[in-house]
Amino acid sequence: MSRSAARCTGTKAAGAPALFQYCLRLGDNALVLGHRLSEWSSRAPTLEIDIALSNLALDLIGQARMLLSYAGEAEGAGRDEDALAYHRDVLDFRNVLLVEQPNGDFAHTIARHVFYAVCARAMYEALCQSRDTTLAAIAAKAVKEMTYHERYAGEWLVRLGDGTRESRTRAQAAIDRLWPLTGELFETDQVENELSARGIVPDMSGLQPLWRARIEEILARATLARPEECPMLSGGRSGHHGEHLGHLLAELQYLPRAYPGAVW
Amino acid sequence: MSEKPVAGTVPDEKEAAALEAAFDAHVAANGKVEPRDWMPEAYRKTLIRQISQHAHSEVIGMQPEGNWITRAPSLRRKAVLLAKVQDEAGHGLYLYAAAETLGVSRDEMEDALIEGRAKYSSIFNYPTLTWADIGAIGWLVDSAAIVNQLALCRCSYGPYARAMIRICKEESFHQRQGFEIMMALCNGSGEQKRMAQDAMDRWWWPVVMMFGPPDANSPNSAQSMKWRIKHKSNDELRQAFIDQTVPQAEKLGLAIPDPDLKWNEARGHYDIGEIDWEEFFNVVRGNGQCNEQRIERRRAARDEGLWVCDAALAYGEKQRARKRREAA
Repeated sequence: MSRSAARCTGTKAAGAPALFQYCLRLGDNALVLGHRLSEWSSRAPTLEIDIALSNLALDLIGQARMLLSYAGEAEGAGRDEDALAYHRDVLDFRNVLLVEQPNGDFAHTIARHVFYAVCARAMYEALCQSRDTTLAAIAAKAVKEMTYHERYAGEWLVRLGDGTRESRTRAQAAIDRLWPLTGELFETDQVENELSARGIVPDMSGLQPLWRARIEEILARATLARPEECPMLSGGRSGHHGEHLGHLLAELQYLPRAYPGAVW
Repeated sequence: MSEKPVAGTVPDEKEAAALEAAFDAHVAANGKVEPRDWMPEAYRKTLIRQISQHAHSEVIGMQPEGNWITRAPSLRRKAVLLAKVQDEAGHGLYLYAAAETLGVSRDEMEDALIEGRAKYSSIFNYPTLTWADIGAIGWLVDSAAIVNQLALCRCSYGPYARAMIRICKEESFHQRQGFEIMMALCNGSGEQKRMAQDAMDRWWWPVVMMFGPPDANSPNSAQSMKWRIKHKSNDELRQAFIDQTVPQAEKLGLAIPDPDLKWNEARGHYDIGEIDWEEFFNVVRGNGQCNEQRIERRRAARDEGLWVCDAALAYGEKQRARKRREAA
């Protein structure tokens, strides 16, 4: 990544690799989390929750399709959304570690979603102001969706935290377990710094205090403790994922890989 | 509707006969029956059984198709399949709600399913082996469901008939997506065509059996027709499905696995070979490949989700208590 960022500084045309990388990051986050949520289908605690989780998954898969299509355009090598989703391996996936975590119990799924959705909502809100009109248009749609995601997952976290003893224990365990994966959401690098300087993308480090305040507000309502400061994990953005992503991709990509060239 | 007697009254024998005669005349004249109307106990029970079985079929039906959501071959197919399975959960909800108007709770119905006291469509006890099965289910199973459900849109019980109208609209979209998957496979590589034909070979007869036993051997049919719950017999519906599906299979270039299938000029319908009812009853009795697996999934969802429902209830109770304290 640092090499592609170095290549893209300076001329206008050289912005494309950075834009490609940026769209991959957003697209892969949406794709991987959407895939995870789709795993709940027919397994959720109630039919209403089943339907709601499918809605969240459908929003994210829709965002992934737009972002990966646009990444393919920015790259200019003729790859479309499916080429990018189905024909890249782990090292080329750019999602953060948080979204690839297994669903776990409902508390883990909800905690993961609160952390992600609060960040994504703030990010898309800022991205609506992008000087790149395509990104601004994608963000305008996504921000509405992520506002709902934040509310849905946030309200569930409040119920789990301030529900029964068991639900509270599970919710706190999920928050504690996933907390070290939240720092990566706000990491910046040359790709983002360059695009941010040109008014194309927001500065993520600037959004972190907003995220923190909103998360603390939700945790307080949920009567859950904010985890202690701890070392943060990262690596997803540079393709250094955990063990789970490989299995997710093996399942996601199986058909196009097993039948190369087939049209479905 | 105002002159109709209402539910909840306990009539004596003479009054009961009069109520029943009035009820029979009302449904015979294609009148609708609404939840608060008086109805014979057997009519109520028949509907509870039928609507809850229908709801269970929608909910269990999420599983064979859900089996391919995480492996759909393109992002578009993935989104469409996820939305389709989500629709089925929605259909399950409408239908449970329609059955609840007859005085049974969703928890009771769900428990009956999980404890093996309730039936659902046997078609969902067959496994989905390849992506072509997703095409075959959409095309064949949903076609059969539409034929069945179009007839139910005229059902005498109002809430069921209205649920069917809404569900039929969504089912026709499901059917088209299934046919579209089959078209892509049939226009694809040799391996894809093989998948499509294999799915056809495995699904055809179970789908033909979805309409239930022949009229002569269908114990509840006559009464259901009299009550206008059903408007067409099992065999009539089966014939309608076959007549509309054979030309579609020809268009796809798929062979129907029935050597006796042929057009009967005199009848103006297709004739088919003998149906293996032994197989049908075997699967209904629980000996299909996936019966246990399907129920096990529902049981796990219920049991593993109990703590979530308990949390929501406890939170609600705490909120109410807080409001009471504030008001005091």
